[in-house]
Amino acid sequence: MAIVNLAVNNPLPMQVVPPDWPGGYWWHWLFFTVVIIAFMLIMVMGAIYIERRGMGRMQSRLGPNRTGPFGLLQPVADAVKVLLKENIVPTSADKVIHWLAPVIAFAPVLMIFAVLPFQNGALLADLNIGILYVVAISSIATVGVFMAGWGSGNKYSLLGAMRNVAAVVSYEIPMVLSIIGVVLMAGSLSMNQIVVKQDIPFILLQPLGFFLFFIAACAEINRSPFDLMEADSELVAGFHTEYSGMKFAMFYLVEYAEAIAMSAIITTLFLSGWRGPWLPPWLWFILKTFVVFFVMVWTRTTLPRVRIDQLMALAWKFLFPLALINLFITAIQVLVWPDALPWILIIINIAVMAILIVLWSKFFKLGWGRIEV
Amino acid sequence: MKFERYGIGIIKGMAVTIRHLLRHPTVNQYPEQRLNISRRTRGNELIWSREKCTGCATCAKTCPQGAIEIVTATNAADNKYEVEKYRVDTGYCIQCGLCVEACPYDALFMGYSYERAKYRRGDLVQADDELLESPQRPASGYFHPDIAEKLPRQTLLVEKITEKRK
Repeated sequence: MAIVNLAVNNPLPMQVVPPDWPGGYWWHWLFFTVVIIAFMLIMVMGAIYIERRGMGRMQSRLGPNRTGPFGLLQPVADAVKVLLKENIVPTSADKVIHWLAPVIAFAPVLMIFAVLPFQNGALLADLNIGILYVVAISSIATVGVFMAGWGSGNKYSLLGAMRNVAAVVSYEIPMVLSIIGVVLMAGSLSMNQIVVKQDIPFILLQPLGFFLFFIAACAEINRSPFDLMEADSELVAGFHTEYSGMKFAMFYLVEYAEAIAMSAIITTLFLSGWRGPWLPPWLWFILKTFVVFFVMVWTRTTLPRVRIDQLMALAWKFLFPLALINLFITAIQVLVWPDALPWILIIINIAVMAILIVLWSKFFKLGWGRIEV
Repeated sequence: MKFERYGIGIIKGMAVTIRHLLRHPTVNQYPEQRLNISRRTRGNELIWSREKCTGCATCAKTCPQGAIEIVTATNAADNKYEVEKYRVDTGYCIQCGLCVEACPYDALFMGYSYERAKYRRGDLVQADDELLESPQRPASGYFHPDIAEKLPRQTLLVEKITEKRK
């Protein structure tokens, strides 16, 4: 199709294959492992700062501003505090599972970053099934959350974990279906190739896909308004009620690392990843990631938490059919008009998105045909 | 066609939050920035004037808590009372201001200052010279409009926002 051809015809200034490191692949592995861990920790601290200050300003207050310049060291202070706290394990807890849960929740989030390109070819492993790998890996964190809920021996933890599993299982489907639209457009599953093929950011060519993916991603990582698993007004703190000290810090880290990972995936899939003028590619990547994360913070501040039936109804009655239709339309566009001008497709797709959302909002009902409660 | 059920509410809400982000926050960084409190505040201490006081003990009688203790002696030569001891247990004080209103000689005032917490209960009991007016213990304009006029106007957080916008 047109976009693909453009990408092939305009050779990019940077190389696509990873650089040939002196000393072989192990240096590449070591370098990127260190970079990814440092990147994730720093991004999480930045994310916590943005979330707390941004949310504060949106609520007409300042947010933490005492620790260090502009309160920049607040995440550090929080981390130190939480590290020095006592580690309490409840008597009724399943000790092994309780201990393993944070690790199992944390590892897959770190693994997602392995396939995210920081700039052309600059990634730990340019898997040719990159996005499939991300979808597969990101669901494993749910196992960790469920283990935490089960291992705590606490009904609120278990309820929170069950809700999380239900949400993730439901929202995985619209999420994957909207990814397929992007994959059809790009003609590749590799994250790096998807970025290389995006001469026009896919948010314009796949506006509906972006919309669905964003909502599904928010629900997948349990950001508000879908943060049912740790609904503090209902379930104390959800699955991490019984966690304290370092283990709690791990869950806190996972929460923000997942948000950053999802922002980075959205950046890669829809906002043309590291591509952009003037600035270095890795800086573009980080900037776009933070912009997406800011939108998540923005929605979190605005919207109240949904109920569990609203959550399920949204996934199955709204996102799922729209994702199917989006996939169908995208497939037709890729198959039938592979050489159509991009701007015509952009106009058609945005119109289709507006019509579909309005139409499906009209059809959208909760259980037993209720519109409202 | 009404768009109320098509997500327009979400868009409106998002617009509200982003407007708040760009607005000056409605907060005050307390220990560094202080707002002027009300000119007629009933602060948590009592200001007593030794010169005006005649020792009539009306304040002690009015106090619903019985927090004011006054001991007087007769000065037969000048034909008047002399205050020997004036003692207020501010721990009992409920800041009702009745003593100030009752005083026939305008010898009592509510305090204008705040942050008067103490570490010991004993420190809450103030007597004689501790109760006099001083720059650290200004008198409030409560029941005394002449004092209120001289005090600075109360600042509100809303005013801080409009101030910033100018």
